[in-house]
Amino acid sequence: MLAAHLPPLVASLFSLLAITSLLLAFVMLGSRWLLEYLIAFGAESWLIAILSAAVGYYGGYPELYVIAVLTALFRGLVLPYLILRIVRRLNVDRELHERLAPTSSLVVGAMLVLFAFVVSSHLGQSLGVAGTVAVLALTVMLSMKLVGFLMLTVRGEAISQILALLVLENGIFLGSQILVPGMPLLIELVILFDLLVVVACFGILVRFLVSHAGTSSVRELRRLRG
Amino acid sequence: MVGQLIAVILLAPLVAVVGCVVFRRPRVAELLNLAAAIVVFTAVLRLLPLALGGPFTYWRSYLIVDPLGAWVLLSVASVYLLASIYAIGYMRHAGEERRRYRFYALFAGFALTTLAGPLMNSIGVYWIAIELTTLVSTFLVCFELSRESIEAAWKYIVVVSGGISLALLGIILYYWSGSLVLGPTYDLTWQTLREVAPRTNPTIALMAFLLVLVGFGTKVGLAPMHTWLPDAHSEGPTPVSAMLSGALLNTAMIGIARFIQVSDAAGLGALPRVVVVAIGAFSLFVAALFIARQTGVKRLMAYSSVEHMGVMALGFGFGGPLGVAGALYHMLNHSLNKSLMFFGAGNVMQVFNTKRIGRIRYVNAVVPVTGLLWIAGAVAITGAPPFGLFLSEVTILRAGLLGPNEWAVYVMLILLIVIFVGFLNHFRAMYFGANPRADTPVPHLPPRRHISLWCLLPMWLALIPLLALGLWWPSTLTHYFAVIAEQLSTTTLTASLAGGAP
Repeated sequence: MLAAHLPPLVASLFSLLAITSLLLAFVMLGSRWLLEYLIAFGAESWLIAILSAAVGYYGGYPELYVIAVLTALFRGLVLPYLILRIVRRLNVDRELHERLAPTSSLVVGAMLVLFAFVVSSHLGQSLGVAGTVAVLALTVMLSMKLVGFLMLTVRGEAISQILALLVLENGIFLGSQILVPGMPLLIELVILFDLLVVVACFGILVRFLVSHAGTSSVRELRRLRG
Repeated sequence: MVGQLIAVILLAPLVAVVGCVVFRRPRVAELLNLAAAIVVFTAVLRLLPLALGGPFTYWRSYLIVDPLGAWVLLSVASVYLLASIYAIGYMRHAGEERRRYRFYALFAGFALTTLAGPLMNSIGVYWIAIELTTLVSTFLVCFELSRESIEAAWKYIVVVSGGISLALLGIILYYWSGSLVLGPTYDLTWQTLREVAPRTNPTIALMAFLLVLVGFGTKVGLAPMHTWLPDAHSEGPTPVSAMLSGALLNTAMIGIARFIQVSDAAGLGALPRVVVVAIGAFSLFVAALFIARQTGVKRLMAYSSVEHMGVMALGFGFGGPLGVAGALYHMLNHSLNKSLMFFGAGNVMQVFNTKRIGRIRYVNAVVPVTGLLWIAGAVAITGAPPFGLFLSEVTILRAGLLGPNEWAVYVMLILLIVIFVGFLNHFRAMYFGANPRADTPVPHLPPRRHISLWCLLPMWLALIPLLALGLWWPSTLTHYFAVIAEQLSTTTLTASLAGGAP
């Protein structure tokens, strides 16, 4: 496995990129402003693109360059632009309906990262790769997953929920670049494409939401129960 | 021959989608969609016996045809055909002439993605197919653009996308565990995963299985991940509800069945099956609670889907030839029966102009034929003889008694009885009034109305095979299920025997 036999400098580069992405997820968790979410998400995607390129370079997977370019393009530019358009149309610039204040959600998020670390170091030990980048990648992957779910639960604005879903997928993308860099290109391409479709769907849905339900807050959607 | 049939099955709905978008005429669109459904159904019928020789792979082994997949295709194609017939009558009544071609384009597209799912050999592509079904059907759920349907669509896409991203994480972990054995680059197909499973690390395999189970379990609607299901199934147009319940859930279910096999091959012991059985039993429990106190007609049907998916999960979880046979028989019977129930609910809702059970009275007097077919379906869906679901549920119960999870059989029995009482109690109220003994005056009833043949024919077409399958379990099917059960049991690997085969 690539991640277990890396020169120390490269390993620290990978760790740096992974940890910075996780920090950016926390920026999103700790902020109220939709624009900040968006910038943090774009930056996170760019970091993942750089990570792809680095893995491609040091691991000898030239196809990862393609992935890097597409990630930067789709996730770093097109998706944030599409979401920005929705934000402008909706005329909301901040999260008004959070169930948990940003500061408290930071604390909860930190606990989730601890949990992810315990799980992944347990997995790493059973595989005999404890202490390598693989464990870190696993930790970041699981933590971004958990932080994404946390954002989904505590945020009420439709845009925040879309971004939370994208953070979920970013975590998987980041982890998979380090853990399984050799995964067939086709899958990754289609997953990238799939994301575009997801966001397009959400865009239309948000428009329906505003024009027919009269709100962009998901908290107002509570007629169907039982 | 098999390859051509597959091409027909996938191309026919595609042609319908393109045709609907090009012509933009409602009449043309409904005929195109119906024609596609008929073509798909006949092709699947031809495919079914041929698939027994499988598994075959096509198109650089991205497509797989095996008996299990073909069986799921049969239930999908049956529901697609029934729902396409029903849609003609239903959508004409619903109006919206101008947007109707879009409905049929989306409907055929939804059928296309649902038919594609069971045929995918690469696990990553299977995941994508399942994700695409969500995206297409979201727009069908909110087609009526009412406030409730948009709420349902939103919950549907957020919950299912979030849930299914867990399945992607599980798939990545599977790939990772395989890459430690096979080297960094390989194609993750069902067969590769099964073969490499015994040599992978059990801790990762277990974690990956749990993630995949939760992920695809969300799509199947197993409790406690079922929260999107009652909303989406009750708020969409009725043909869409039937497709969601009868067709879509099954395509995600076979993913779970195949992953159970992988964890058997990985030698994870009894735990994966116990988890599946526990989730299945919990789904029955949740469904029983919500069925007993339900107020919406279509939500009642939706919770019944949660129940039946739980029963199927129990069947696959018990495993062995009996468990698999019961689960597969249940799949087809449930598809037919649930379509029948939704069609009946759709007709009744159109006449009474309400979704609330409390406002529906004396169905039999207002719409006699629909009423008769609908109550027969209600008896069938609660698992009473002489209908198909009775046979499949008994088979699953027997399978459970042979395995190590005997407790689940008793739980299942008790909950099935609770559901029987709760479900039919609503029908008693809808047919005979809330309190038949009191001399309450008969409430104002809508006038007797003629239900169009398009809306009645699919009910007959669903009920007759359902009755036939209940009276007679064809021996060819026994053979068919035995082949599937053998392919799912990894007989070459002794590990599977410890995993729950009786």
